[in-house]
Amino acid sequence: MPLREKAQIMDADGIRRALTRIAHEILERNKGVKDLALIGIRTRGVPLAQRIAAKIEEIEGVPVPLGILDITLYRDDLSRLDYHPVLHKTEVPFDITDKKVVLVDDVLYTGRTVRAALDALMDLGRPRVVQLAVLVDRGHRELPIRADYVGKNVPTSRREVISVNLREVDGIDKVVIEEPGE
Amino acid sequence: MSSLRGWAKRFFCGILKGENGMRFKRKDILGLQELSAEEIKLILDTAAPMKEILKREIKKLPTLRGRSVVTLFYEPSTRTRNSFELAAKYMGADTVNVTVATSSVQKGENLKDTAKTIQMMGIDVIVIRHSAAGAPHMLARMVEARVINAGDGAHEHPTQALLDMFTIREKKGDFKGLQVAILGDITHSRVARSNIWGLTKMGAEVRVVGPATLMPPYISELGVKVFYRCEEALEGVDVINVLRIQRERQRKGLFPSIREYSRLFGLNEARLRYAKPDVLVLHPGPVNRGVEISPQVQDGPHSAINEQVTNGVAVRMALLYLLLSGGESGEITS
Repeated sequence: MPLREKAQIMDADGIRRALTRIAHEILERNKGVKDLALIGIRTRGVPLAQRIAAKIEEIEGVPVPLGILDITLYRDDLSRLDYHPVLHKTEVPFDITDKKVVLVDDVLYTGRTVRAALDALMDLGRPRVVQLAVLVDRGHRELPIRADYVGKNVPTSRREVISVNLREVDGIDKVVIEEPGE
Repeated sequence: MSSLRGWAKRFFCGILKGENGMRFKRKDILGLQELSAEEIKLILDTAAPMKEILKREIKKLPTLRGRSVVTLFYEPSTRTRNSFELAAKYMGADTVNVTVATSSVQKGENLKDTAKTIQMMGIDVIVIRHSAAGAPHMLARMVEARVINAGDGAHEHPTQALLDMFTIREKKGDFKGLQVAILGDITHSRVARSNIWGLTKMGAEVRVVGPATLMPPYISELGVKVFYRCEEALEGVDVINVLRIQRERQRKGLFPSIREYSRLFGLNEARLRYAKPDVLVLHPGPVNRGVEISPQVQDGPHSAINEQVTNGVAVRMALLYLLLSGGESGEITS
């Protein structure tokens, strides 16, 4: 079924401001960059994590370790999917044990991706604390999971789709709500 | 800062192309003759992230939890069977292995009944090695379980060829125009045949070289160049895949002596100089040290023989993932 764009909820400036605020909130909550690490969940969590990391470096003048998590092998719906999700590497080039890890993703919805990401993360080490940053929280959780840092809360119905477009992946920065066309 | 940006940029290139998933419709992995170039590429692409998992401290995934894999080997093997078993275990599956020497096969049970019995125990994948060419293909038609060919007679050894190709791609980047020499007993080698089918499909140019008595007459029909002198065959090659010389062949009179074979076809440092300076040396193992390859070359800087073993586990993890994830019917669409 083709999707129809219903409304644009964030533009490039909106995304930039939200990420700037999240960067500040992360620093405030963790009292600086000590032991801090950002890990983006593929696909669009990765450029978001990279942008937040750049902001943090801008503010504090210190680089933050940045990793990439591919959660495909930890999904709970693999045997139900009718296609093969393309596997990519997990690239976490540092030891996460005793780090304060901020997981970054684009949209928080059922919470199942984050559940899988937590499992994937625990196989890599034992972080001191894990926090979650998302650009959009659209509700409808199916697991007891919440985000620590949210760019924008967007009430949605289940039939709607939140589409996050990012320059690095899609060539443009915007967040839109789509719904099935008639 | 700039290094951070560059670092991130490198990974985005990989993300940009296709994230919607791929088709892998096969029920079984029986040989490279029937796989398409796209399927081979998908398998190799899937093996790359698996290799990363092998470097972790905790090598255990939940992906194939509750699935079971049996290894059914009618011929001796250590590395292939262990490699499959570890691959399945790292992916979270349970494994059983049937060693024919101590099983009911010794009591006269035939392949079909053995397979049916295994299937009734709820096995999802049967990994089979058999001395008869085509045995895995027959088995695949008889059972609902997925079948992976771990070597059938002198026919195919697809997972070995895939791991060879994975190693080649990792070191050389691409197969297009690559010159690959396969050296040794071509007639009796399933590794050679699978490699020829796979490599030529991916655009490599394959040469085969060995004694005339160990060179099958029809081999050039597979699109390879045939050589009978080592030095000519190795001229300017990017990769040399050295085959194990099966000593029992010598007893059948196919070559006069191990020493003579070694003198004429053994890969040593002098012969290596005919190849490109950055030549990659592979061997499927187990190696007859000093016979088909000199210890200096085997342990030298061009050899990836040890790395092949690691890559073998990664490739087999990828195959199990592709066979067992996605759709219960195996009919996978994008």
